[in-house]
Amino acid sequence: MRTFYTWFFIAITVCAAAAGDVLIALAMRRIGDLGDLRREHGLMAVIARVLSSGTLFGGIFFMAIAFFSNLAGLSWADLSLMGPASAALTFVANALGARYFLHENVDRRRWIATFFVCAGVLLLTRS
Amino acid sequence: MNLRKYLVLLSVVVFGSIGDTFLKRGVGSEPIDFHHLGALLQVLLHPFVILGILSLLFFMSSYMTALSFADLSYVLPATAVGYIFMTLLSIFWLHEHVSPVRWVGVLLIVIGVGAVAGGEHRTEHPEETAALEERR
Repeated sequence: MRTFYTWFFIAITVCAAAAGDVLIALAMRRIGDLGDLRREHGLMAVIARVLSSGTLFGGIFFMAIAFFSNLAGLSWADLSLMGPASAALTFVANALGARYFLHENVDRRRWIATFFVCAGVLLLTRS
Repeated sequence: MNLRKYLVLLSVVVFGSIGDTFLKRGVGSEPIDFHHLGALLQVLLHPFVILGILSLLFFMSSYMTALSFADLSYVLPATAVGYIFMTLLSIFWLHEHVSPVRWVGVLLIVIGVGAVAGGEHRTEHPEETAALEERR
């Protein structure tokens, strides 16, 4: 039962975190470099710009789901399994999201890197 | 990329790892399942869980700042060094056992994600850049 709950919470964490990451990345790209924005218009302008983004709150909603799922998962699994496994699988899901939803330049080198990440996760889960 | 941007990436790594470790320390070894969801809410009041949440708020702030100047597919690999940091915290603070095979797994993840960190950090989207310039 422990194994089932561990992987169930890892799956929920990965899906919710990837959806959250993609939405937050989209929102922040539309808002622009926060450092430049703060230098040009001040901190209040940064806060106002960030808080006016509906996409950002959509992303935060999914991140909250990922947070509670991660919290529940940590009570079943070691941090050294739950942390890297969910984060690495989220990385793969994010690479797909970045390529197909955010239209980022996810080139061959990034896909090779994804292979290394998957191999690493496999070793983590077999030990 | 300048020093400020590297420091933002570093704070993503540090606060993310410390936050997860505080959470694990806070939830302890009591399993939480669907029959005891109240326990999940109770655990939110544990000091280590509160510290974990505070760390993750700093993480979130740094993470959003990083995503404002770099691609999502760049930020995640660039902050992969957090896996090493988190594994060390697991060993020395939580006293968890990390087998040699897991170390190889962590190493492969770091090699994989580190490989992409050397490339361009931003994909240009001309229409969005134009819209941003217009708003300024």
